Amino acid sequence: MTISAPASGAAQGMTVVARTQGQMVRRRFFRHRAALVGMLAFGGVVLLAFTSIGIGPIPGWWDKSYLTTGSLVNQGRPTLSVVPQFLGGEGIRFGEHPFGQDNIGIDYFALTMRGAQQSITVAFIVAIVATTVGTLAGAFAGYFRKLTESVIMRLTDVMITIPILIIAAIVGRTFGDSGIVILAVCIGLVTWPTLGRLVRGEFLSLREKEFVEAARAVGSSAGRIIFRHVLPNTIGVIIVSATLAVANAVLLESALSFLGVGVQPPDVSLGQLIDTYRSAMTTRPWLFWWPGVFIIAIALSINFIGDGLRDAFDPRQTRVRA
Amino acid sequence: MIAFIARRLVTSFFVLLAATMVIFGLTSIAGDPLADLRELPGPDRERRMADRIERMNLDSPVWVRYLSWLGNLFRGSLGVNRDGQDVGVLLREALSATLQLVVAATVLAVVIGVIVGIISALRQYSTFDYGVTLAAFVCFSLPLFWVAVMLKQYIAIEFNDWLRDPVIPPLIIGVLAVAAGLIWAAIAIGDRRTKLTAFGAGAAVTVVTLTLLSATRWFADPGIGVVGLAVLAGGTAIGLTVLISGLQYRGPLYAALAAAGIGVLLSEILDPVLADPSWTEMFGLALVTAAVCAGLGYGLGGLLRRQAITGAVATGLVTGGLIFLDRMLQSFAAYSDRVRGRPISTIGSRTPNFTGDFWETNLDAAGHLLLPTMALILISLATYTRYSRSSMLEVMNLDYVRTARAKGLPERTVITKHAFRNGMIPITTLMAVDFASVIGGAIVTENVFGWQGMGNLFIEGLQQVDPAPVMAFFIVSGTAIVVFNMLADIVYAYLDPRIRLS
Repeated sequence: MTISAPASGAAQGMTVVARTQGQMVRRRFFRHRAALVGMLAFGGVVLLAFTSIGIGPIPGWWDKSYLTTGSLVNQGRPTLSVVPQFLGGEGIRFGEHPFGQDNIGIDYFALTMRGAQQSITVAFIVAIVATTVGTLAGAFAGYFRKLTESVIMRLTDVMITIPILIIAAIVGRTFGDSGIVILAVCIGLVTWPTLGRLVRGEFLSLREKEFVEAARAVGSSAGRIIFRHVLPNTIGVIIVSATLAVANAVLLESALSFLGVGVQPPDVSLGQLIDTYRSAMTTRPWLFWWPGVFIIAIALSINFIGDGLRDAFDPRQTRVRA
Repeated sequence: MIAFIARRLVTSFFVLLAATMVIFGLTSIAGDPLADLRELPGPDRERRMADRIERMNLDSPVWVRYLSWLGNLFRGSLGVNRDGQDVGVLLREALSATLQLVVAATVLAVVIGVIVGIISALRQYSTFDYGVTLAAFVCFSLPLFWVAVMLKQYIAIEFNDWLRDPVIPPLIIGVLAVAAGLIWAAIAIGDRRTKLTAFGAGAAVTVVTLTLLSATRWFADPGIGVVGLAVLAGGTAIGLTVLISGLQYRGPLYAALAAAGIGVLLSEILDPVLADPSWTEMFGLALVTAAVCAGLGYGLGGLLRRQAITGAVATGLVTGGLIFLDRMLQSFAAYSDRVRGRPISTIGSRTPNFTGDFWETNLDAAGHLLLPTMALILISLATYTRYSRSSMLEVMNLDYVRTARAKGLPERTVITKHAFRNGMIPITTLMAVDFASVIGGAIVTENVFGWQGMGNLFIEGLQQVDPAPVMAFFIVSGTAIVVFNMLADIVYAYLDPRIRLS
């Protein structure tokens, strides 16, 4: 491996290569095998979901649509086969409907891909909104202290008293009909307090450091100190939380949709598919399997990425990982 | 301390007040509270709409409705839902169902999670450790509702079908044996031979046990029996003694063994009492057991009197639990017949119109609790495992643990006395925080398994744009969260004197 070459050089007492913080983080991340596998898996899922049926007007490589019904082939059983012939299976093939068909003949692969697209979109919007709001609120509260801090912290107190599923369910019920983007933004707006508290904690200790004092002494504005000097030092915490927020958002969205207060038909999402076909479990179990498998694949791979990032940003935690 | 509690209570009160305002406002604008009535045919419609508008005060603005709800709350009433039912009454029933669900699940998750976490920490970087880590990650990523429906399908329905003819196929026995062997081999430390021995022993024991159980059709008419009871109780006595005081001095071991022996004997002598007892009698028996065992420990403990008392009482209570389990299992066949061979239930919290003796009603409750509890345990288990593992690892690396080892204490003492106690302090905080997620999990679980609990009250109220039940749910869950967090802080300060409450 080319990346480890300088390290072995250093071990032999030769020159030590100077690396930037970013290079070190990247190196540690790419050495974390689980995180790497997670990243490949997540990339694969995203590619599959977005290229197969295409985005909006752009067509994908899969020839069936999630909107058109068709005639049921073999009672809609999945045609996907992964057991090779020499092991007694039917050989490796996709077939006409790899994930089967639902009761009105919609191709379930296309439908699941559409659900995965929507779920991933929602999760990313939730994570971006929550991270942005949480970072800003935490930064302002931690840097300005006094009244700003009291107001923001009391706000987080109020929101932390309400279990996350409860507040998200209420918001989802209220704004779920307005489409997935609004729904996602609203969920993001109620899930930021945890990150806000973390960032504030970081700011409280960083604002007392000498480099902040130096910046203030040369007359930097508060905005410049916050965004140019302090925030880059908290980037590790923020990136790790943002990654894990995506995983949690996938699960939260699917739970809400399952309870009927998240993504509303005609939009589909993975959780909503499970809810729709819940009663088909005994007759057509595959309608139930595939969305669940995709939820687990997405959440698990992102959790591994998050774990790798945490180790990469904070090598001290590698030995005692939480 | 008192000043801390008082200040916390006052701020918590205002925080809760603000939260009720947010929730009431959002629920009230969540949709059209008259939606279902608008679709009614016939002349009835106008009258019923007028009724509901009158009852829910829909003519006045949201803030007026909020204030009137708040006023009612301070007068001790939770108001009525949109059909005029008293929410207080609904809440009482829902609360008891949810508590059954949540308490059992939380206790089991804490116990199993902490044990697995500690083993995983003591065997850091072993196959077992990596396996547990992977399993924890999978648990973190599982959608609860999906798992719950899967459990319903594959555990309940298929297991019930299988119980009609409970023979384990040889293939399944083989697979389970290999799995058991692998787990033992992963826990064992040492060279390849030790691991192979552990694997062989674990697999062999599993094969023999399962073949015996299958051949004697144990699952159709289960029970532990006196011999099994004696073996298990004796094993418990020895195991607990090893953990609590070690086998260096014999006093505690004799006390624990005596407690186990008396328990087994009494399970036969007390047969008439145990045929159909009540919960009061069971509780009384537990108290008597504790008292007698404490006496045994005091008398036989010798030098290690305090450990002997702890060990004997614990052994006595576990033996009592085993007897309880045995009785439950014995009435399993009769119960299974009465519910037409579907002992594991998927819907509701009890079989409608079911009456039976003490054991049968308990079995009924247990059969209904089994699946939702399994689902709920899965979500909290991972958290407890990870936290107790990391906290244990942190403590094991501290100087005072090294000192304890350096002065020659046995590893058992170092782990149970020195490391374990301090390692578990962070878990108290986690339990308080976890409570909120358990409530959230309960909503999903109740939905899947059709329990009429708090989650159901909440979701139904939300769907019907009916604030009263939603608020009742929040009053209970919000207060619980606030109180639990405060308790966690107080307990933390008590356990770790370096922390000052201020």
